[in-house]
Amino acid sequence: MLHVENLTASIGDTSILKGLNLDVGAGEIHAIMGPNGSGKSTLAHALAGRDGYEIGGTVTLDGVDLLEMVPEDRAAAGVFMGFQYPVEIPGVNNMYFLRTALNSVRRARGDEQIGASDFLKGAQDAMDLVEMNHDFLYRSVNAGFSGGEKKRNEILQMAVMQPKLAVLDETDSGLDIDALRVVAAGVNSLRGPDRSMIVITHYQRLLDYIKPDFVHVLVDGKIVKSGDHTLALHLEDHGYADFVNHDLDDAPLTGAPA
Amino acid sequence: MSETMRGIEKLTEADYEFGFSTDLDTDIAPPGLTEETVRLISAKKDEPEWLLAWRLKAFLAWQEMDEPDWTKLQIAPIDYQSISYWAAPKQRPVLDSMDDVDPDIREMFDKLGIPLHEQKILSNVAVDAIVDSVSVVTTFKETLLEAGVIFCSFSEAVQDYPELIKEHLGSVVPVRDNFFAALNSAVFSDGSFCYIPEGVRCPMELSTYFRINSMNTGQFERTLIVAEDDSHVSYLEGCTAPQRDENQLHAAVVELVAKDRSEIKYSTVQNWYPGDENGVGGIYNFVTKRGRAHTDAKISWTQVETGSAITWKYPSVILQGDRSVGEFYSVALTSKHQQADTGTKMIHIGADTTSSIISKGISAAQGQNTYRGLVKILRSAENARNYTQCDSLLLGKECGAHTVPYIEVKNPTAQVEHEASTSTVGEDQLYYCRQRGMNEEDAMAMIVNGFCREVFDELPMEFAVEAQRLLSVSLEGSVG
Ligand SMILES: Nc1ncnc2c1ncn2[C@@H]1O[C@H](COP(=O)(O)OP(=O)(O)OP(=O)(O)O)[C@@H](O)[C@H]1O
Ligand SMILES: [Mg+2]
Repeated sequence: MLHVENLTASIGDTSILKGLNLDVGAGEIHAIMGPNGSGKSTLAHALAGRDGYEIGGTVTLDGVDLLEMVPEDRAAAGVFMGFQYPVEIPGVNNMYFLRTALNSVRRARGDEQIGASDFLKGAQDAMDLVEMNHDFLYRSVNAGFSGGEKKRNEILQMAVMQPKLAVLDETDSGLDIDALRVVAAGVNSLRGPDRSMIVITHYQRLLDYIKPDFVHVLVDGKIVKSGDHTLALHLEDHGYADFVNHDLDDAPLTGAPA
Repeated sequence: MSETMRGIEKLTEADYEFGFSTDLDTDIAPPGLTEETVRLISAKKDEPEWLLAWRLKAFLAWQEMDEPDWTKLQIAPIDYQSISYWAAPKQRPVLDSMDDVDPDIREMFDKLGIPLHEQKILSNVAVDAIVDSVSVVTTFKETLLEAGVIFCSFSEAVQDYPELIKEHLGSVVPVRDNFFAALNSAVFSDGSFCYIPEGVRCPMELSTYFRINSMNTGQFERTLIVAEDDSHVSYLEGCTAPQRDENQLHAAVVELVAKDRSEIKYSTVQNWYPGDENGVGGIYNFVTKRGRAHTDAKISWTQVETGSAITWKYPSVILQGDRSVGEFYSVALTSKHQQADTGTKMIHIGADTTSSIISKGISAAQGQNTYRGLVKILRSAENARNYTQCDSLLLGKECGAHTVPYIEVKNPTAQVEHEASTSTVGEDQLYYCRQRGMNEEDAMAMIVNGFCREVFDELPMEFAVEAQRLLSVSLEGSVG
């Protein structure tokens, strides 16, 4: 499904992704873990098509080249990104935003537009899935939402958009235990044979709820280790020190781990 | 330049969609302004002696006055002798049946999306259609009269309700108020008159649609709305003009009189031709709008200003009666080389008076947008309150936004609050929308409309939809 080969991303002289390879099959969930600043969000943005990076390498989704596409075309191709920092859009009603989004990708795919009342029904079901009060449909997009509410709103959007590939960037950060369970349940219910997910996280506890098929460790712009979910348990106990020391021959060792 | 910025520029280069002109058989006066011109206008309209005298007094006053100095505005000198002060489509007199309206005029309004056939009209909106200097038709007149509401052209009102006009004309905006008000008082051509009797809630929205069609003419209309005690009216005005290389002058005066416990809601969607992307042509929109609110009365101005090369207007409220309320909601968009200097004046005289001001300025391309507002609390205004919020949105690097609040407080019990913000449409907001599948243009329109939400919420439904559409169209080719 998703094929990433030798992906590089840089901004000016700063190189962030340094030749990243990743294959995600249909129906699979891959977790990506790695220290702060290692390039996890950059990977997500490179897949979603954010402006401002120089990008190299290959990214295809079902054989279609994504790198040539603008973000909205990638969305129409089925790419969804759950933002680490969801953006506030004051004055724009959440429901209107969602319906415009859904109808935009439908138009791009040549599908029929969804009317307001059919949409409302679907949106309310999706809200129940993430246990969100229906009032949130009538508030401005993310404006004044708490950190946790914003993250739930991302999952709500994913549920409405029904993407082929979802990249969730730290959707678990800032969630309390109950919210974590709700968000995980939302993700699990969207799990399906035609949908692939990349879940970026710092915490192995999310992976207790969302059992990934693979776990990858991203360090300094490269995937340095891949394994099954037990890799996350290992990281929980040992941190990233092993990988940082071994794989970056020119990286300065700043102090010994405690 | 990022892709986004390029996109914005492409967006703000959109064309003006109402730029066509219609070939109407027009009665037009030669350019120039003398006492003779004033007499000619008055004679054309068959006006009573007192009104001619009033006009002449205004003309004398105007001759002694100077143009206001254009603090922020860059404006080429206006030659008042090169303008024609009277132009009227030859179809006359004003006809009562829609079927008698000149088909060319009807077609022009159809093209503008304002059908004049009553059966096709937006339900519940009565329209007074004004082309160049004269009112060509007023719809739903009969229905309104049954409720006691008078809605007609100003010229008709002068003939049919002279006492009402005599009592109120110039009572809110005196002839010497400012240069353009004096000019208007001398040469005003037509406009709308509304009268809502005591205790009546006007059964439909009243609306005037202004269209400048002829070349080298000025448009000087005069609107007067009188709401008697305990009455209520909502009034809308819209305007467009053809695309021409010369600047055209529009200097209107609007006076509102809100008697005790009455409410007047006045909404404007202004879309005069803004000029082209090089700043050639466009309407000079120099307008004086003011209302007087008596005891417990409320006057609310809502404006969406997207057109004109230069906009100079400060819809104001004199809060004369105790507990009277004044509101000003404004969206002003300047793109291309447009300049806007707009805001409001809230003059608190009565006790416990309150005013609120919500101003949203959007600047794109080379547009310059200034909010200029005065909040004046007189000694008599015990416990007066004002809340002002001015938000500016910049779309691009060459545009500008300025906020110039004047606050004069003579009574220590006053509470005056002022908040201001300036922001840009974040690349992150655009990216977020695009990640969700919207193209850049739709995303921009959505974000900008969101920014204006508080103001659009004040507009009647049909107008709110129109305003959003206009904003999107005006941003096309100008934003990134
Ligand atoms: N616009 C930018 N200009 C310069 N450097 C940038 C820019 N954006 C990201 N970086 C750098 O790229 C590196 C990777 O950032 P990224 O956000 O991908 O990290 P991350 O793995 O998601 O970290 P975290 O776990 O803290 O979210 C960081 O060192 C960051 O400072
Ligand atoms: Mg990150």
